[in-house]
Amino acid sequence: MPKLTIDGREVEVLKGITVLQACELSGVEIPRFCYHERLSVAGNCRMCLVEMERAPKPIASCAMPVGEGMVIKTDTPLVQKARQGTMEFLLINHPLDCPICDQGGECDLQDQAMAYGYDRSRYSENKRAVAEKEMGPIVKTVMTRCIQCTRCVRFATEIAGVEEVGLVNRGEHAEITTLEKAIDSELSGNLIDVCPVGALTGRPYAFHARPWELRKINSIDVMDAVGSNIRIDARGRDILRVLPRLHERVNEEWLADKSRYAIDGLKKARLDRPYLRDVEGKLKPCSWDEAFDLIAHKMLALDGTEMAALAGDLCDGESMMALKLLMQSLGVPNIDCRQDGAKLACDPAGDAEAGFLFNSGIAGVEEGDAILLIGSNPRWEAPLINARIRKRSLEGDLSVGMIGPAPDLTYAYEHLGEGPDALAALARGEGAFAEILAKAEKPLLILGQGALARPDGCAILALARQVAERSGMAGEEAPDSWNGFNVLHTAAGRVAGLMMGFLPQAGGYELEGILASCEEGTVKLVYLLGADEIDTARLGKAFVIYQGHIGDAGANRADVILPGAAYTEKNGTYVNTEGRVQLARLAVFPPGDAREDWTILRALSARLKMPLPFDNIGALRKLLIDSNPRFGKLDRQIPGVWGAFGAEGPLDPTPITSPILNYYRTDPISRASATMAACSAAFVTGSGEATGIHG
Amino acid sequence: MLQDRDRIFNNLYGQEDWGVEGARKRGVWSEIPAILDLGHEKIIDLLKQSDLRGRGGAGFPTGMKWGFMWPKRDDRPRYLVVNADESEPGSCKDREILRNDPHRLLEGILVACFSMGANASYIYVRGEYYNEASHIQQAIDQAYEAGLLGKNACGTGWDCDVYLHRGAGAYICGEETALLESLEGKKGQPRLKPPFPAAAGLYGCPTTINNVETVAVVPEILRRGVSWWKQFGRPRNHGTKIFSISGHVEKPCNVEEAMSISLKELIDKHAGGVRGGWDNLLAIIPGGSSVPCLPETICNEVLMDFDALREARSGLGTAAVIVMDKSTDIVEAIARLSHFYMHESCGQCTPCREGTGWMYRVITRMVRGEAEKREIDLLLDVTHQVEGHTICALGDAAAWPVQGLIRHFRPELERRIEAYRARAAA
Repeated sequence: MPKLTIDGREVEVLKGITVLQACELSGVEIPRFCYHERLSVAGNCRMCLVEMERAPKPIASCAMPVGEGMVIKTDTPLVQKARQGTMEFLLINHPLDCPICDQGGECDLQDQAMAYGYDRSRYSENKRAVAEKEMGPIVKTVMTRCIQCTRCVRFATEIAGVEEVGLVNRGEHAEITTLEKAIDSELSGNLIDVCPVGALTGRPYAFHARPWELRKINSIDVMDAVGSNIRIDARGRDILRVLPRLHERVNEEWLADKSRYAIDGLKKARLDRPYLRDVEGKLKPCSWDEAFDLIAHKMLALDGTEMAALAGDLCDGESMMALKLLMQSLGVPNIDCRQDGAKLACDPAGDAEAGFLFNSGIAGVEEGDAILLIGSNPRWEAPLINARIRKRSLEGDLSVGMIGPAPDLTYAYEHLGEGPDALAALARGEGAFAEILAKAEKPLLILGQGALARPDGCAILALARQVAERSGMAGEEAPDSWNGFNVLHTAAGRVAGLMMGFLPQAGGYELEGILASCEEGTVKLVYLLGADEIDTARLGKAFVIYQGHIGDAGANRADVILPGAAYTEKNGTYVNTEGRVQLARLAVFPPGDAREDWTILRALSARLKMPLPFDNIGALRKLLIDSNPRFGKLDRQIPGVWGAFGAEGPLDPTPITSPILNYYRTDPISRASATMAACSAAFVTGSGEATGIHG
Repeated sequence: MLQDRDRIFNNLYGQEDWGVEGARKRGVWSEIPAILDLGHEKIIDLLKQSDLRGRGGAGFPTGMKWGFMWPKRDDRPRYLVVNADESEPGSCKDREILRNDPHRLLEGILVACFSMGANASYIYVRGEYYNEASHIQQAIDQAYEAGLLGKNACGTGWDCDVYLHRGAGAYICGEETALLESLEGKKGQPRLKPPFPAAAGLYGCPTTINNVETVAVVPEILRRGVSWWKQFGRPRNHGTKIFSISGHVEKPCNVEEAMSISLKELIDKHAGGVRGGWDNLLAIIPGGSSVPCLPETICNEVLMDFDALREARSGLGTAAVIVMDKSTDIVEAIARLSHFYMHESCGQCTPCREGTGWMYRVITRMVRGEAEKREIDLLLDVTHQVEGHTICALGDAAAWPVQGLIRHFRPELERRIEAYRARAAA
């Protein structure tokens, strides 16, 4: 542990850190532009210069490793002059357009100019202008504001793994460019965050607000099952943007594009009042009483076995718990939260939670030395987990194998086969990759929903379990406290549903059975809680109640619509794919007559004269915790207990595919989002040519 | 004056055969096995004793530099990179070595590689040096054919491969770490130091980068002995040196002379004196475009070595002496250099990227006198904001000529500003 003196105070710091980090640790602020903790060191902005004893020139503290006995001074006239000089140089060619710049108010350049710069300009020559660059529907560029810190270049090449951003030309003409191509990455929105100035700003957010006008609410993202920690910025009733919040073990400080910019979908096609389908088959607005009366009339006339309930991908734990309890009181056994039909928890005897959790934890991916991907395209299913794998991959000594699709994952992998037979071979210990897994110290596998949501999903789950046990990922052979058996979910609500047992009760049907019974006519009423990803044509003549917040497939088929709240409009519990329980918070109130979902179910239960046993969200959460103590352990990642799950069975030789065919259009919110539509056209469905400027 | 027998580069003017046969006749490639028999430590030790300082401009002690490479600390391959990207305006000494005495460089490479434990060497030649690259490649081929390079070079048992790489014409690629980047196939931008190339250089392996002249003189120092070398020049500035004299002299030339020769003697003896006589002298840039110019008063006395020029607040640099007589528009001359540095700045770090353009624009106005007097101080302040704050030395190189101008020719700047004002008022 080297000791060094910083501004006269002796500090002892960890070996290998930089002088800048040492200064931060000892409470001395060092201004910087190009330095970013998670990116490689560029040392090019020269803002972090400090004085080091016996060095002839000031040193760039971001790039200088600490050494024993160093004497660092950060408050001398020399340092002050160096900072002022750098600040002046950065500003001479920076436009004076702060009043129309979206970065205004949260701009490093503004802040540091205030703190470290001169109070006036001495530059009387003409300023440089730089042509705009095309960066796609998410990132808006004003390249004249660029200070060439190359954070964006480093983010794109290092974290996102797309080498599409670079610094071209030299001297004054040096500029960041994208070669007239939108950045084909699901993480491109992070460029906006890493850019310290207003060169890269959010295109959808452009000219909408100033940061000081915004209410900032810490919440949880639901666009995938990662459970990214987010900050929702709202003004009045509008949600203007979503930013990542630091959580080292989940999303670090990044956020996927869909999580960031699908929010404009929350303003489209909103269900803001109850609807009834009239005799002509048209939906018409109605009051809550009318809707409840009709539902009660239908429900009370049916036997429990003639009804069913399905929970969708974006549901919070509380509403699913309320629905489950309501169905219990009605004696309905046909409930399911797996609207994609994934064969998780498919063995009635197997109750091991390890069978549906991402047991190693997201951060645990960084410990792995061999990764087997089964039927998953993590780049689209969980971009931030993919970024973790890439991060691990860059460190070297990592083997990645893939069974199923063969997408570009931004890191190298070996494609082992398309169908489950490749997995069966691994389970028998055959092939070179089986050896790699066997030799690896901390191997892990990632089992995607694509491999589970098929008729032989249960057999694949069993095979994956065999692979895990054979190669020492989990079970008795695994190293201490290591569980590398990971199920990657795509739905934010799924793990909570599985944890509380929102699954067929004794004698009940699962999704396939429910749909088949609807077609047959034996199930006469279906309660859809935000379930839009099912084949609604198969609901037959059943009476459909849709509770949700956006008019999508479910609402289109519904006979009664109960307007619920989106994830930004309610306090709710979400459990990510790791089993990490996190609380999302209400940022704005639901529009119109819409209500928080659990209150709707509570009110309905009262109308049915079988009131649910809670009157506030606290009591409901207590019931959640009673159903599974995990719900009480906030923000903890606890691997599941290794036990029995999956069941052997015949395999279907058809290739395994990823459940996500278009990253930008996976759920009602992103399907309603214009930004996501533009991204989809730019990156997935379109010809791939630049959009944005093309309208 | 240096005797011909004491000159190392005895074919500097290309009057004799530059090929391997001619080189051997002149003593090149002789006694190489005996030199290598001295062993790694002894060679480096002798170099340290010789006080040889790098001929590329910075004047870093070569023996010390090589000492960073030996003894080996790990099993990584190690490289010698020869910096033949001679792009400093005014400097053309390496060019003559490459063109007329390439085998001196090659034998130097073998000795350097051996003493540092390197088996591979790269010569990075300036792109515009087409004929020079051609000669050096032919010389490499000849040396391989004669068994002087390659496996078991000169029968010493040491393997030494030499590769030629042609640059693409960027001045910044002469900066040693930018040169490494360029050699690796990347954009030529200087790297941050530390780590220094001796720790992590080419492809992350220990690397030493030396100027052509530095490498080329080493075998001769070892053949003739340290005491022979040290009889030339003042302490810490020993040896002989090729000076490139250009500008307003009667006979511009490259000449090998003893270090610490006086500037006046150098010009009078070898370049036929200043055009129109010494009294017609305005200023001299003594070490290539990146060092501050010196006015006649200093030129009268100053000695041409690292320390003397440093005391005169200039530098020996590459010893490219640029002579300017009284017909010169000194402000425009320095403005032209400013333009050069603006054009050649890599744009990586802020002070140089932004400062070079600023300096150029202000000084260009000053050529016409279109400025305020207080802007002279502003300009000086800007040069100080660039100097020492950049990743590489290009920032310093851009600042120094302007500083030299203001230091020695401030009255001229003020006169122009006043004249311009008077014209404008009229």
